[in-house]
Amino acid sequence: MDVTTNNFPGKIHETPGGGVVLSKLDDVINWARSNSLWPLTFATSCCGIEMMSVASAKYDFSRFGFEVARATPRQADVIIIAGTIVNKMAPVLRRLYDQMADPKYVIAMGACAISGGPFFYNTYSVVKGADHVVPVDVYIPGCPPRPEALLHALITLQEKIKSGLTREQIKETSYLNP
Amino acid sequence: MSLTNDRIKQRLIEKFGEPVSGFEELYGLLSFEAPKEMNLKILQFLFDDDELKFRFLTDLCAVNYPDDKGRELAVVYHLHNLVDNIRLRFKVFTNVQEPDVFTASKLFSSANWMERETYDFFGVNFIGHPNLKRILNVDEMDYFPLRKEYPLEDQTRIDKDDAMFGRGGTIV
Ligand code: SF4
Repeated sequence: MDVTTNNFPGKIHETPGGGVVLSKLDDVINWARSNSLWPLTFATSCCGIEMMSVASAKYDFSRFGFEVARATPRQADVIIIAGTIVNKMAPVLRRLYDQMADPKYVIAMGACAISGGPFFYNTYSVVKGADHVVPVDVYIPGCPPRPEALLHALITLQEKIKSGLTREQIKETSYLNP
Repeated sequence: MSLTNDRIKQRLIEKFGEPVSGFEELYGLLSFEAPKEMNLKILQFLFDDDELKFRFLTDLCAVNYPDDKGRELAVVYHLHNLVDNIRLRFKVFTNVQEPDVFTASKLFSSANWMERETYDFFGVNFIGHPNLKRILNVDEMDYFPLRKEYPLEDQTRIDKDDAMFGRGGTIV
């Protein structure tokens, strides 16, 4: 039986022989993951400028462990979709996402990545939201979102990971999946 | 004396006479049209002529005039004479049922991609083009999005005010 206590973050699984350690280990792993998320350099339009600004000295997302931007999906943990996804880009995004190693996370930055954008919402070429193509963990509204908003989203993602809610764990959690 | 719009017009009329028509000078830019069968002859003449020397194709695109029956599509060439630094605009019109226009890609290499783009968005069939297929849109697209007969995708959204984007429409 699973027990949730106030003091201990996470669950105590009463299995024979140190099930408690398992839960604890998950927390340690999640903590480690959340503080060293390597973003993929992926910017498809103007929001990318804002993402670069967050990477630079003034905002500096390396304070939160995001500084190792990777140019290859095989080494990246998080993909920040900074910009418009057009129909022709959608298969590319999907392939990049599929090439990333688990666990992988997605942040949809800006109106374009959320819903097709403030200007391009009614057109022949734009995907109406990146979540039609890949599952998204955190959405950031704005056009473009302020750098602080991206930092907030990064911290939100960290909190999500620390609280144990990777996608696999969400699927396992019965109260979300009755 | 460097080249003037009047001189260009005179040379064209001397050479081709009647068929070259519709001369205009909008904001100082000479503009004229010709039957679509003559487009290559005229471009070649503008290119080769010792006085005219229009040897740079700045832009090539199309315009859709759905109400102008028999002349629904215009293919527009923007040419530049780099010696005298003078530009002109040359149009040919075609009907939308048979949008066949000769390719300029033998004369200007840059026309290759621009004609593919024009085909992609307006469906102009450039006869003789070496590789006429879509260039910017997805290959599966089965219509020509910038023709006005194809409406924008989502007619039902009412949460945004199209009037802001010059398309009429209101928020309910
Ligand atoms: S949300 Fe705005 S700033 Fe961001 S990519 Fe779209 S149009 Fe550009």
